[in-house]
Amino acid sequence: MTTATPTIHSAGPRVGSRSFLSQLRDGDEIARLVTFLFAASVVLVTVLLVLELWTNSALPRTKFGLHFFVTQVWDPIMNEYGALPFIYGTVMTSAIALLLAVPLGIGAAIFLAELAPARISDALQFFIDLLAAVPSVIYGLLGFFIIVPLMRTVIYPALNKPLGFMPMFKGPSYGVGFLTAGIVLAIMVIPYIISVSREVLLSVPRDQREAALALGSTRWESTWKIVVPFAKTGIMGSIFLALARALGETMAVTMVIGNTPKISASIFAPGYSIAAVIANEFTEATGDLYLQSLIELGLVLFLLTFILNGLARLLIIVTTQKGSGIAV
Amino acid sequence: MKRIPMLLAAAIALSALIWAETPLLINGAGATFPYPIYSKWFDVYKKNNTNLEFNYQSVGSGAGIRQVTDGTVDFGATDGPMNDEQLKAFQEKRGTGILHFPTVLGAVVPTYNVPGVSGALNFTPDALAGIYLGKITKWNDPAITSVNKGVNLPANDIVVVHRSDGSGTTYCWTDYLSKVSDEWKTKVGKGTSVNWPAGLGGKGNEGVTGQVKETPNSLGYVELIYAAQNNIPYGTVKNSSGAFVKADLNSVSEAAAGAAKEMPDDFRVSITNAPGKAAYPISTFTWLLIPEKIPDARKREAIKGFLSWMLADGQGYNEALTYAKLPKEVIEKEKKAINKIQ
Repeated sequence: MTTATPTIHSAGPRVGSRSFLSQLRDGDEIARLVTFLFAASVVLVTVLLVLELWTNSALPRTKFGLHFFVTQVWDPIMNEYGALPFIYGTVMTSAIALLLAVPLGIGAAIFLAELAPARISDALQFFIDLLAAVPSVIYGLLGFFIIVPLMRTVIYPALNKPLGFMPMFKGPSYGVGFLTAGIVLAIMVIPYIISVSREVLLSVPRDQREAALALGSTRWESTWKIVVPFAKTGIMGSIFLALARALGETMAVTMVIGNTPKISASIFAPGYSIAAVIANEFTEATGDLYLQSLIELGLVLFLLTFILNGLARLLIIVTTQKGSGIAV
Repeated sequence: MKRIPMLLAAAIALSALIWAETPLLINGAGATFPYPIYSKWFDVYKKNNTNLEFNYQSVGSGAGIRQVTDGTVDFGATDGPMNDEQLKAFQEKRGTGILHFPTVLGAVVPTYNVPGVSGALNFTPDALAGIYLGKITKWNDPAITSVNKGVNLPANDIVVVHRSDGSGTTYCWTDYLSKVSDEWKTKVGKGTSVNWPAGLGGKGNEGVTGQVKETPNSLGYVELIYAAQNNIPYGTVKNSSGAFVKADLNSVSEAAAGAAKEMPDDFRVSITNAPGKAAYPISTFTWLLIPEKIPDARKREAIKGFLSWMLADGQGYNEALTYAKLPKEVIEKEKKAINKIQ
């Protein structure tokens, strides 16, 4: 009977008896098509991005192959390029950032959503949104003029004296390095974690809390044992967002990381990140191999983001198999 | 019906009028170091030649060379001369050669932050190369103390700071180190970015300056202009005649004059470690890159006109912006080279 059923699979209610033409007249089909194109453009941009990075990094890919990932030398004069120190720096700074930002951010979100009076919560949320909108170069300056000296005079002695026997805390400090970059990144991503986690926590149904309280749990017990697990997936989503921002951050990192392509166990040592080296060297990169190696670094960053996000998602699937309510 | 051809004719005449009125746009891209003087020049030159419009983007020497080779701009600008490989690439891509025109002079100076030291420190070429190679690691190393008698240098580790972004400043600095140290030449080499054996990277002159100011016992290098404009103290460097020279407009011009006698016809010359008693050894030209053949006659004449003006009146604007003037010999030689543009 209805020969003109639309070809796009619809998730909404099916409208069997109306013809395609009448749907078109009503605007349903147009709306669906237009929004579909918008959604598809996201995929298209991603695909084009990868394609562009891939085709423009042909030289180093054929020349270095997989060695690109394990070589530690970055020498534009001898035309030898390896990504390992940059991968290490990117992962290390992002890990430090998340280690610091996740407990802080989630803790703050719990307070704002569950424990603070609504007026205070809303007022604070305003400031948090403000923090999220600050350009990264401002955070870089803040890091350079405040955290770098603080690192040298306070944080480094405090950590190095008692813990200096561990390779992680060994060696001299110049103020700049992995830890400094990690701290600056943590400050930058905390607003994201708080903002998203708070929204998720606020959207946990009231029944859940009331049921817990009715069963005799304290306020904290209902928050920690019922509300937070319920919102787990959403909170994880906020951490993804934070991770993505930390991995790709350029300006703030390059100002405080020391820009030295070396792999060191110590978190006080200077290092380098992928985004920072691209920003630093792209404009003056002469020679095709040099330029294309930088582009391949971009591809590596893309890959790294992809893998880390995948791993994080896997982690969620494994840990939340019992099922939880809200996803972001 | 008769009106239409008339209207058409009127439209054509009008568009021709507009065409003639539209200023000729000349695009350039390249080095950031000479950007202040270039924008001043283009601005002044435009006032006397209202039919011209210069658009210069300071995207960096490397990008400038790339863009002029690809033909996306009419001229390029660079702090380090194009190498033979790049010249060949240009020839292959564009079917013509490219000419280097020195425009102004710059210099790179060592800056430091040593607690208790206030005056200017003296540096020998060996000391600078040793420090940047990571071989001289203490401020009280004999290589430094022997030429700084009476200065109480501490036994602290030297924190070496270099540029992290690719730059002409780094090119000049490493070009100098390559000339004075064979070890540097073979191990590191010269370029806008190199594989540094030691030290931390700071982004831009301001990044290096900030890092040096913030870190006790540090040593870095910055452009002379930047140091002068921001009152950053810097040291003297021993030149090839054995004299310790402080960088200023005169000592930099002196270095160019020393090199001018042996100026090659293509102007691709490094003036680091130049001869001359008063010459500052870490000096450099910065160049405009002009294709030898410019098919568009209007553009060709405009560029040639600008070059002649730049070599004469243009040089008068240099010192106010703390760029050193070109020596006379170089100017005379460049004037002849302008005729090569066809």
